[in-house]
Amino acid sequence: MSERTRFGRFGGQYVPETLMAALDELQTAWLQLRADNGFLSELRARQATFVGRPTPLYHAERLTEHFGGATIHFKREDLCHTGAHKLNNALGQAVLARRMGKRRIIAETGAGQHGVATATVCARFGLPCTVYMGAEDMRRQEVNVRRMRMLGAEVRPVTSGTATLKDATSEAIRDWVTNVRDTHYIIGSVVGPAPYPEMVRELQRVIGDEAREQYLAAENTLPDTVVACVGGGSNSIGMFAGFVDDPSVDLVGVEAGGLGVETGQHAAATVGGQAGVLHGSFSYILQDRQGQVLPTHSIAAGLDYPGVGPEHAMLAELGRASYVAVNDDEAVAAFKLCTRLEGIMPALETSHAIHHVGELAREMGPGARILLCFSGRGDKDMHTIESVSPTDMPVIGGPL
Amino acid sequence: MTLLLNQGELALIPYLMAGHPDMATTREIGRKLVNSGIAALELGIPYSDPLADGPVIQRAGQRALAAGATTEACLEAAADIAGEQAAPVLLMTYVNPVLAYGPERFARDAAQAGVTGVIIPDVPVEESAEIAKTMTGAGLETVFLVAPTSPDDRIAAACDASTGFVYCVTVTGITGSRSVLPTDVNALLAKVRTHTDLPVAAGFGISSAEQVSLLRGHADAAIVGSAIVNELDAGRDPGPLVRELLSACK
Ligand SMILES: Cc1ncc(COP(=O)(O)O)c(C=O)c1O
Repeated sequence: MSERTRFGRFGGQYVPETLMAALDELQTAWLQLRADNGFLSELRARQATFVGRPTPLYHAERLTEHFGGATIHFKREDLCHTGAHKLNNALGQAVLARRMGKRRIIAETGAGQHGVATATVCARFGLPCTVYMGAEDMRRQEVNVRRMRMLGAEVRPVTSGTATLKDATSEAIRDWVTNVRDTHYIIGSVVGPAPYPEMVRELQRVIGDEAREQYLAAENTLPDTVVACVGGGSNSIGMFAGFVDDPSVDLVGVEAGGLGVETGQHAAATVGGQAGVLHGSFSYILQDRQGQVLPTHSIAAGLDYPGVGPEHAMLAELGRASYVAVNDDEAVAAFKLCTRLEGIMPALETSHAIHHVGELAREMGPGARILLCFSGRGDKDMHTIESVSPTDMPVIGGPL
Repeated sequence: MTLLLNQGELALIPYLMAGHPDMATTREIGRKLVNSGIAALELGIPYSDPLADGPVIQRAGQRALAAGATTEACLEAAADIAGEQAAPVLLMTYVNPVLAYGPERFARDAAQAGVTGVIIPDVPVEESAEIAKTMTGAGLETVFLVAPTSPDDRIAAACDASTGFVYCVTVTGITGSRSVLPTDVNALLAKVRTHTDLPVAAGFGISSAEQVSLLRGHADAAIVGSAIVNELDAGRDPGPLVRELLSACK
């Protein structure tokens, strides 16, 4: 096992031989470009004018007041163009792919946010784009399917397995195995074989780097706790990257508890899984005793994945970050609460983290400080929220 | 290796997915096949997320798992087939079922079952050190893959790490029938030969007698998977297809 592809004992490159040369090529290009001033200044300029960076730091006063405890701030990744942090990564990889001379882009998507981000950069650069999406996810995130098609991407439904993000990722990898010479695979999170987990972290660390600076400027101190939701783990690892060297800052990842981790119907790989290999890396995954990957459940399509990035597995094992699970119903309640109190509609993925922030705020009490990575906006989830609780939306001024 | 090869002749390695459509069929067909003049039988152990496989083998694996196939049961079927003392039996599976079973226990049980070697397509040479040592320590041969995208140094490393034969992937892609094989297959096979004295088998995409016959004089063996699995999917005995492929080897 090679050190350069690992986070402690996690990570690696468990992929068919056909891809190994492409991973080497990607690693070489990435190492070169991440130190290249031309690349970095192109990226910075496009982040400013296309993504809308820096995204603001926001003081969530009414949620703070509502919970009656710690002061809560949001890092507003929902204000990125296309509505989530996913564009940070898609833009960076598209610029990289262009410099590598790749002429076709593929991606997988769960919630559709990464698919939309990828379709967006492909439209901008005139690159043909194919997005793999589970048939089940296409149904529950149909607005995003329409957005991708409007942007010119081909959305290929995946019906194998559980027809969700895991299977879409497998299909995208198979496409890459077949078309590896001219195609770049823009993976959507800090998962997959090396160098993806490290590369995607570096493209998302802009979240944490900006947030740390903004927090210090606004509050003259660091937060006590930083919280983010964890699907594959990219918004969280990007946020954590800014604070991992500050020992006073607790890092908390919030996974999807689905119907409850004890029911088996969840997607909390760190909280409820074991070490194993999925999609090219060794990390925590949800599997049965035979090593078969288990079907997952979460109301949030973007968290509905049976694995987690290998760096999270390392942070969990080291105890540097802790991980909790929040259930579907708790996320739905947090969605409504945040929408009504702050006038900001969170993605269902983000809503998981908001619920936990509420619990922590009460526990930590006034004077303590929490920073939440507000990973995305919730318009895409309207349909889901309405279908689980159509009638009980309180009116403004009414009881919450 | 123990591949049954006739000097200078092309040989055949058919693939079966253990437990597809059920374990009894695998045992029965497997026992017949190893006595039919093949070089070896490749027996797949199903995995939920087989990244190197096309739709036919994916579906066969899903059916096997749905019918309750376990690694233990696959190893028992392998023992049954190897018990014929005819053509050798190789296992093909992915790394996660092996990790879950425990690599040491897997190696020991496979060797005890009379299996001669293992192919794990998602373990490239870089990740192979420990697992290959465990397999060879139990007396199993390890087979690594080279692909049309492998540069010379990777071909050399895969040849060095292989102990049974070298598996030359004929297409840039996943398993499954192709109507035509790429024209540079023979060049790749010739290049692989400059790096090894081990037998070289060609696989992925080979489905017809015509494609098999084109490999004569270039590969030592042709590996045929999806086409055989297709026969079983259609409820047919793959015996006639295997006989046809065998005669195309001559
Ligand atoms: C808004 C939002 N947050 C979070 C996630 C989860 O991904 P990750 O854990 O990689 O940030 C997604 C994935 O689609 C998302 O759309």
